[in-house]
Amino acid sequence: MEITMEYYLVISTIMLFAGIYGFITRRNMLAVLISIELILNSVDINFVAFNRFLFPGQMEGFFFTLFAIGVSACETAVAIAIIINVYRNIRNIQVKNLDKLKD
Amino acid sequence: MGYSNFLFLKEELSLIAVMVILLVYDIFGSKKSLNYFHPVACVLFLAHTLLNLFPSEASEAFGGMIINTPMGDIVKTILNVGTLIVLLQARNWLHSEAVLIRRGEFYFILFSTLLGMYFMISSGNFLMFFIGLEMASIPTAVLAAYDKYKHDTAEAGAKYILSAAFASGLSLYGISLIYGTTGTLYFADLPAHIDGSTLQIMAFAFFAVGLFFKISLVPFHLWTADVYQGAPTTVTAYLSVISKGAGAFVLMTILYKVFGNLIDEWRTICYALIVLTITVANLFAIRQQNLKRFLAYSSISQAGYILLGVISGNELGMTSLVYYILVYMISNLAIFGVIGIIEHRTGKITINDYNGLYKTNPRLSFVMMLALFSLAGIPPFAGFFSKFFIFAAAAQEGFYVLVLIACLNTIISLYYYLLVVKAMFINKNDTPIETVHSDAYTRISLVACTIGVIALGLISAIYEQLGTFSFGI
Repeated sequence: MEITMEYYLVISTIMLFAGIYGFITRRNMLAVLISIELILNSVDINFVAFNRFLFPGQMEGFFFTLFAIGVSACETAVAIAIIINVYRNIRNIQVKNLDKLKD
Repeated sequence: MGYSNFLFLKEELSLIAVMVILLVYDIFGSKKSLNYFHPVACVLFLAHTLLNLFPSEASEAFGGMIINTPMGDIVKTILNVGTLIVLLQARNWLHSEAVLIRRGEFYFILFSTLLGMYFMISSGNFLMFFIGLEMASIPTAVLAAYDKYKHDTAEAGAKYILSAAFASGLSLYGISLIYGTTGTLYFADLPAHIDGSTLQIMAFAFFAVGLFFKISLVPFHLWTADVYQGAPTTVTAYLSVISKGAGAFVLMTILYKVFGNLIDEWRTICYALIVLTITVANLFAIRQQNLKRFLAYSSISQAGYILLGVISGNELGMTSLVYYILVYMISNLAIFGVIGIIEHRTGKITINDYNGLYKTNPRLSFVMMLALFSLAGIPPFAGFFSKFFIFAAAAQEGFYVLVLIACLNTIISLYYYLLVVKAMFINKNDTPIETVHSDAYTRISLVACTIGVIALGLISAIYEQLGTFSFGI
């Protein structure tokens, strides 16, 4: 059986919406962060699949993926540092405890 | 292609030079010489601003990755001036007990966000744009969480980084769909491939979320009030003017250059967003007591007005948008300067605390009054002219109903800005804030802002000069 581009796109779309769902419903900040990673990875799959199947002559999509991976690593590093800082201040990382600033 | 391409990155290189010098100074400077760190940083940054004061010719470098336009250079200069004022106002906070030990990082992180905005402004490719966007927003989260022993700042940082990462993820998904439908990421090649298919419209909607988030328009504004309230006041000032101004300008250039063919679609989106943003933010601003939160909602509604320049899509729109950013920046920084110094000396931040401020601090309350009048758009201050031009730009394209709604909202905003003025000048208070003596840096910044608020509107040459560099669709 040949694996066409649609298979990759279905996977990446499922990952995107799983990520959005997780971002909204998860109670733990680390789980929220993992959901964001799911979104970013779905983008990477998209880029690579488009580049491989639609525009095999170029490298733009591959390069974009490399940069996106690097940038998302920075984002995760900063986010985890901030989450650790929150943990030091209030001794847990549940989203519901971040309620001091509100209307 | 040779190394000569780097010559087109004049602003970026001189900013990197400032950053490196400050970093080396911070690491190797003796304890005694570090006393001069802040003045040296201010002088170096002033030199950088003066060096790049005037726009250079339009140019292209690195095979179209970097596109410099004279208008982009002007926006960079405006951002430089704003950052300089923020830097002047930051001194008190940076020299306080809790922050002093890691003061050096502040400059480096601040300037790297500015560098990210430079790249964003002169990007000619979605890859460059994305790197600039992330470079501008990730360090901002660090700045928002800078006071690491305070619960408020930790919470603000966490909220900012999580929602910023989410928004940039969605934005990236949009870019990937754009790549899939067109096969290129260069701004110069894209318009020929954008034909308005359904998938492209969806891609555009996903992509725009990232920038709408950055300039905090209403369905994407939920982080704004919390982050502005929790972050240190200096950082709030930076967030509310510099990163918002850069975001608005970049949104405009990308809509013009890349999505010019989808103008009907994005006009509809912008129309709805403007009405929502201005109205909702104004209604929420009325019921705020905390001044930083109040200014957060005020800045959301100002972002709605800024978008009026985008929707027009013509040269006048671009001129008035840049002019609006300049005026809004100066007025807002004046207010943040005043509340920053008062918060630092007395810890008071609610509107009720400001009752009777005029009795004890006549000059500070006068500056704040001028700036609030300018934000509300009362003539003859600069804010009136910027609002007038931006309304004119939208009306020129026939958006009369939209301009009417915006005008009505100006009246609402006048009400809540005047509430603060009333608290300062009319309300009685038995225990007003004691007399605050500001340091030289804050004084310089406040005087500069006051002159700007009055002069920017009266000197028409500034606006006309901006007009010669702008371009439409």
